[in-house]
Amino acid sequence: MKAEGRVFKYGDNVDTDVIIPARYLNSSDPKELAQHCMEDIDKDFVNKVQEGDIIVADKNFGCGSSREHAPIAIKAAGVSCVIAETFARIFYRNSINIGLPILECPEAAAAIKAGDTVEVDFDSGVITDKTTGQSFKGQPFPPFMQEIIKAGGLINSINQKA
Amino acid sequence: MGMTMTQKILAHGAGLDKVEAGQLIKAKLNLVLGNDITSPVAIHEMEKFTKKGVFDKDKIALVPDHFVPNKDIKSAEHCKCVREFAKEHDITNYFEVGEMGIEHALLPERGLTVPGDVIIGADSHTCTYGAVGAFSTGVGSTDMAAGMATGEAWFKVPAALKFNLTGKKAKWISGKDIILHIIGMIGVDGALYKSMEFVGDGIADLSMDDRFTIANMAIEAGGKNGIFPVDDKTIAYLKEHTKREYTVFEADADAVYDAEYTIELDKLKPTVSFPHLPENTRTIDEVGDVPVDQSVIGSCTNGRLEDMRIAASILKGRHVAKGMRCIVIPATQAIYLQCLEEGLLKTFVEAGCVVSTPTCGPCLGGYMGILAEGERCISTTNRNFVGRMGHVKSEVYLASPAVAAASAITGKISSPEEVCA
Repeated sequence: MKAEGRVFKYGDNVDTDVIIPARYLNSSDPKELAQHCMEDIDKDFVNKVQEGDIIVADKNFGCGSSREHAPIAIKAAGVSCVIAETFARIFYRNSINIGLPILECPEAAAAIKAGDTVEVDFDSGVITDKTTGQSFKGQPFPPFMQEIIKAGGLINSINQKA
Repeated sequence: MGMTMTQKILAHGAGLDKVEAGQLIKAKLNLVLGNDITSPVAIHEMEKFTKKGVFDKDKIALVPDHFVPNKDIKSAEHCKCVREFAKEHDITNYFEVGEMGIEHALLPERGLTVPGDVIIGADSHTCTYGAVGAFSTGVGSTDMAAGMATGEAWFKVPAALKFNLTGKKAKWISGKDIILHIIGMIGVDGALYKSMEFVGDGIADLSMDDRFTIANMAIEAGGKNGIFPVDDKTIAYLKEHTKREYTVFEADADAVYDAEYTIELDKLKPTVSFPHLPENTRTIDEVGDVPVDQSVIGSCTNGRLEDMRIAASILKGRHVAKGMRCIVIPATQAIYLQCLEEGLLKTFVEAGCVVSTPTCGPCLGGYMGILAEGERCISTTNRNFVGRMGHVKSEVYLASPAVAAASAITGKISSPEEVCA
């Protein structure tokens, strides 16, 4: 499985309040949440994002609230993958559980620039910046998490084992 | 190689003799929690399970607290969804408006969290119950759904950081100052994926409310959980609040910690986190002149009885500054009632504060105290991210109830010492 898209680049500690502000949490509809994705950090994001685009950020992406609405909004906005130096742990769990591909890769997070076109190979964990020609090796998922992702999320993986 | 307190609880929950950091385990859950924002998403996910029903109707807690009493039609629909699910599955611990409270103040008060428990909650501040010696951690709605259906969750066993608290608290120092000091020291990702284990002779000087506040904000350092050993104060608290039996776990003498820190409680000063991260801490003498428009005293971090008492002791016989709003939110109905009986509500109202029914409300910018562009709030809540309490160009400063009460009186961020002198 591969993803390819243009990059939206953010810094350290992007919290779930800016990914999806609480004033919109009276809805749990993915399409409605997607309309406000990244609103408090990047007002233009929803107007510019296209299906398959990739978010690249520095450390502790997704910190703060446990709201699953954050990865849901990102996924529903069309983002195919999030690459970061590190992720906050609840966001990391939530992304795996809902089937939003994420990769930890400090080298890629440091080198990739906004607007670059990036390809991610999920099987090998290789991240290629097609704009600069550089490639990076992302942290592969442990087999346990790969099972969840392959099943299409936590609930499907539990259903399959039952 | 020994195990930390967290690792011992997880090993027990997983039915294993031994676990080590990094190991993936599946543990049995003693409690699964959700609120009015996260539960509707979980309830929707529950429909996808081939196996229907909940694992144990007594081990699920559903607490509408974020946007209740319903702030608008959409919130009302979410609460209705939770209420109907609770009714359909005969959930014992569903708490309606009138009997509820902010989840992390309510559940320990109701005796639902005890030492040795493995608890997940679809709210990041679920880590609060480490104060009573439980392993508890925040998860998302899908994990909550899986927990409600199966009674189990997967965990990566965390490595640990050890915080050795020594001595006795200096004047005006509370659990909030201690945890803000720690977050300032290690940063908002300083404990990423790790457990924060609080130990040392200084713990004896901390009330249970201090401990709840400290464990509550472990997530603000990126921690998976925060945990305290069980001592006489814990046992006295449990005696008052629960009939549940429990098992006390202690860290092995040769447990391994990634790092150890010492915090001398007698050397601490009241601490304030500046926008827009909890790690941007300054001691009160370094704050400078920061005028504020609003003071919020409440939340799962600081809406407990001791918080109300200290705020009232500072506000008594004094008045909120002209043009300043002070919003006081006792965290549960029981705390509210106790405030009423002790005359604290009268003190608040006479001082010019408004007193709200229990709600998370302003903490997450929900309602009941939203900030306009350019406004500043001193708040006893837990996050000061961009736009957290309202407009993207508003600011939140985190502090203890004593500092928030003193600041309400002066209209600028102030030391309680300055007001009470």
